[in-house]
Order: sequence, then structure tokens, then C-alpha cells
Amino acid sequence: MRYEAPQTLEAAVGLLAEAGDNGRVLAGGTDLLVQLRAETIEPEIVVDVKRITELRTVSPEDGGFRIGAAVTGAELGEHDGLRAAWPGVVEAAELIGSTQIQGRASLGGNLCNASPAADTVPALIAADAVASIIGPNGRRDLAVADVVSGPGQTALARGELVASIRLPSQSARSADAYLRFIPRTEMDIAVVGAGVNLTLDGDGRCTAARVALGAVAERALLVPAAGDAIVGSTLDEAALSQLAEAASAACRPIDDKRGTKIYRTKVAGVLARRAAEIAQTRAGERA
Amino acid sequence: MSKCHVTATINGDEVEYLCEPEETLLDVLRDQLFLTGSKEGCGSGDCGACSVMLDGRLVCACLVLGAEAQGRKVETIEGMAHGETLHPLQEKFLEHAALQCGVCTPGVLVAAKALLDRNPDPTETEVRYWLAGNLCRCTGYDKIIRAVMDTAAEMRGN
Ligand SMILES: Cc1cc2nc3c(=O)[nH]c(=O)nc-3n(C[C@H](O)[C@H](O)[C@H](O)COP(=O)(O)OP(=O)(O)OC[C@H]3O[C@@H](n4cnc5c(N)ncnc54)[C@H](O)[C@@H]3O)c2cc1C
Ligand code: FES
Ligand code: FES
Repeated sequence: MRYEAPQTLEAAVGLLAEAGDNGRVLAGGTDLLVQLRAETIEPEIVVDVKRITELRTVSPEDGGFRIGAAVTGAELGEHDGLRAAWPGVVEAAELIGSTQIQGRASLGGNLCNASPAADTVPALIAADAVASIIGPNGRRDLAVADVVSGPGQTALARGELVASIRLPSQSARSADAYLRFIPRTEMDIAVVGAGVNLTLDGDGRCTAARVALGAVAERALLVPAAGDAIVGSTLDEAALSQLAEAASAACRPIDDKRGTKIYRTKVAGVLARRAAEIAQTRAGERA
Repeated sequence: MSKCHVTATINGDEVEYLCEPEETLLDVLRDQLFLTGSKEGCGSGDCGACSVMLDGRLVCACLVLGAEAQGRKVETIEGMAHGETLHPLQEKFLEHAALQCGVCTPGVLVAAKALLDRNPDPTETEVRYWLAGNLCRCTGYDKIIRAVMDTAAEMRGN
């Protein structure tokens, strides 16, 4: 194996393109090093992207934020502006692992590792985040919802990497929230994760909503029917139970040691509903 | 395959080493630099026995490549005491008997120091969450938490 730590995106793309299927990006390494050690992957070259400025920077952009793909969970948590604007995305990032894992784990790694249970992915999908991808043919934007294609599989072509993730500007009374269910209080993988991002009008009526679920299918899902269920409502009981039903209906989970299909399907509805209520409270506080 | 030539600052000293590209920082510390205080419990980021500071961040040295430390600052348990003078956390761990076999202890101490350096007055809940990535098979955690809380109180001067 070869290790390279280029300073520029161009150099990183060059190294990856040259390596073809035998190259891997290294961000925080909290998935990659585990896989290297288990020999589930045996790359010829590992390209450490942490010395590239864009990948390590959070900057405001057009009322939203551009987050470098290798910025760590701990750094996101310490960014007051980001935390205030996108509390759901930040709380999802802060759920990853322990303090030690937080010091390294990135959004780019969480996304590109393509685990169906990745915590930040439903939150980013609910936020309508867009990945800025760079490769041998230049830059392209791809909605985070379309980056993962299946367990361990992404839509990235050979030589491509995620440079940054863009969160859009929020309208005044909008807010997001992320909840996950795990059997313990820390250090476990989601049985279900639910991200909600919604907007209220002056009367507290919901004008837009995006609901996304994790760990209930081969990849995180946007559930348009769940969002539609609360649009036009004040999130009354009827609307919230419709949202929960739509969320459960979208699930196509597996049985595993963390939860059965039936259990995951039920919990997805409950969690989506609770996340919507948290987002509603947050949006209401933002007059 | 060619080795990586790395210069890093470890516990305040500039150190040079050669490592294999796939070698972890933990292996470099233990096997090449003979800083064997950092332990390997799991090798997969779950136990925290390998906790070190990398450029001021608490990380698992088993999930860092040795090559990544180029130009960076690493702090390990070996840098915690000043000569014969133990850090207050080390004193309190002895006083409270917050260790039995001691395998988790270096990692717990490095992690606890990272917490107290940024938050001198943590609640018990904050301490427990901060240390959730440090597993201990012996103590049942209670004495560890008490030792950290007591150190924090002492260092604040009450
Ligand atoms: C103890 C422990 C607990 C964990 N707990 C959680 C948890 O609670 N929730 C959760 O979701 N995950 C968890 N994880 C998994 C992991 O920490 C996260 O997925 C993390 O976000 C990965 O980020 P990273 O920067 O470490 O990625 P890396 O390990 O560096 O990379 C992961 C994968 O993505 C690729 N990659 C990384 N960055 C890019 C990029 N910019 N462009 C293209 N490809 C890229 C790499 O090649 C690799 O295949 C845990 C892991 C450990 C060890
Ligand atoms: S040895 Fe590194 S976390 Fe267990
Ligand atoms: S004292 Fe033995 S593992 Fe903690």
C-alpha cells in the first residue's frame, strides 16, 4: 500500500484516477482503518484528503453553508453558526461514535462509506443537502439523496471524491431535527434514524416538509408522502399520525440482531413523528 | 513497498520515524518508539485504550495511520506526569483506587484530561458521556467517575 497526503484537490483526483479501482480516500479513517485492518479492502493507494483546504473548512455561502467533506463531527459541534442554523444535521453528526470517534469522523466519510444506518445521511437528505463532487472530468453537484446507491455502493465514478457538502439557506421559520433509536444510550448503530426539516408560516401552519429515514432500507430514504402528510397542517394529531403511517409504509428493512422488520417499521413512524415535533418547536422559536 | 518518513512532535519532543504506510500510530508508538503506555484493546475504535491527543483532539491511535502524524503534535500518557510529579488526575486515580488491571487507565486518563482542559466543571453526566468510548472491564466505572469529579473539584480549588 502507498500513502499520499496531497495539498490540492487536483493532486488528489490525479492520484485516485491513476489508481482506478485500487485507490481509496482517507478522511477520518474511522471506517476505512477498521476495513483495512479486517482486510475487507486492500487498496494499493490511500489518499489522505485532510491537507486540502476545501475539505477541512466550513464557510457561509448564499445564506447557507459549505461544509468540507473531511471536517470532523467535533468541529461541526463547535461551529455556533452551523449549530444554530442546522441543529438537526449537527445533532446527527454528534451522534457518531464516542468523543474519540468525533475527533475524526466526517460527513464525507459517513456518506461515502454508504452504510444504510449512517446517522448523518437522513439528516442531510431532509436538509436537501447537495454534495460537490470533483473528478477527472471536473466538478458536478449531486443531491446527497442520490449519492448512495446501496450498502457500500455510491454513485461516485472512478477518480471522483466528495469535496464538500452544501446546506441551503433556510427560510425564517424553518428548522430541522434528527432522532435515532439505539438499544443503549451511546456507542451503537441506529435501529432506525429519522430526519425532518420543515417550514412554518406566520400562523404555525406547515408550508414545506422533508422527511428522511435511515436503517430501514438498503440506503437512507426520502419519504415524500410523509412530508406531504403535514404540509397545510399545524401538525395536529391527524396529520402527525398520517406522517407516521407514511414513514412506516416506506420501510423495507431487514431483520438483524438490532431489530426485526416489524419493529423497525413501527419505530420509524414513531421516530419520524417525534422528530417532526422537535423541528416544529425549533421553527416556532425562530419567528 | 517504500516506508514513510515522518517527523512529528510527541510529548513536546521532535521525533523522526520510518513506518509502513498501513502501520497505525498506535503500533508506531508502542513498537518503534517504545511508548507502551497506550494500549491496544480492540484495534477498532471501540474501547479507547489507545486514546491519545492528535493536534489537540482526542482520538483513537488505532484508527490513525502512523504516516498521518507528519508535522502534527501527538500527546500520550507518557507526557502526562512532570518528572516524578503526577498529574492531579493520576493522583486521584490512585487515591480512589479507580483502576484494577490498569489496561484501560492510560486511555481513560488521557481522555479525562482532554475533558478537564476544556471544561473544568463538568457534571457527572458530562463526564460519563465524554468517557463513553473508554471501556473498563474491571472497575464498574463508578470509581473512575468519582476520581474525575474529585480531580475537577480540586483543580478548581474547592
Ligand atoms: C467505534 C465506532 C463507532 C461508530 N459509531 C457510528 C455511529 O454512531 N453512527 C454512524 O453513522 N457511524 C458510526 N461509525 C462509523 C464512522 O465513524 C462514520 O461512518 C464516520 O462518519 C466515517 O467518517 P470518516 O471520516 O472516519 O471516514 P473514513 O473512514 O475516512 O472513510 C469512510 C469511507 O468513505 C470514503 N470516503 C471518505 N471521505 C470521502 C470523500 N470525501 N469522497 C469520497 N469518498 C470518501 C473512504 O474511502 C471510505 O471508503 C462508528 C465507527 C466506529 C469505529
Ligand atoms: S484499541 Fe483503539 S479503540 Fe480499542
Ligand atoms: S481497570 Fe481493568 S479494564 Fe479498567
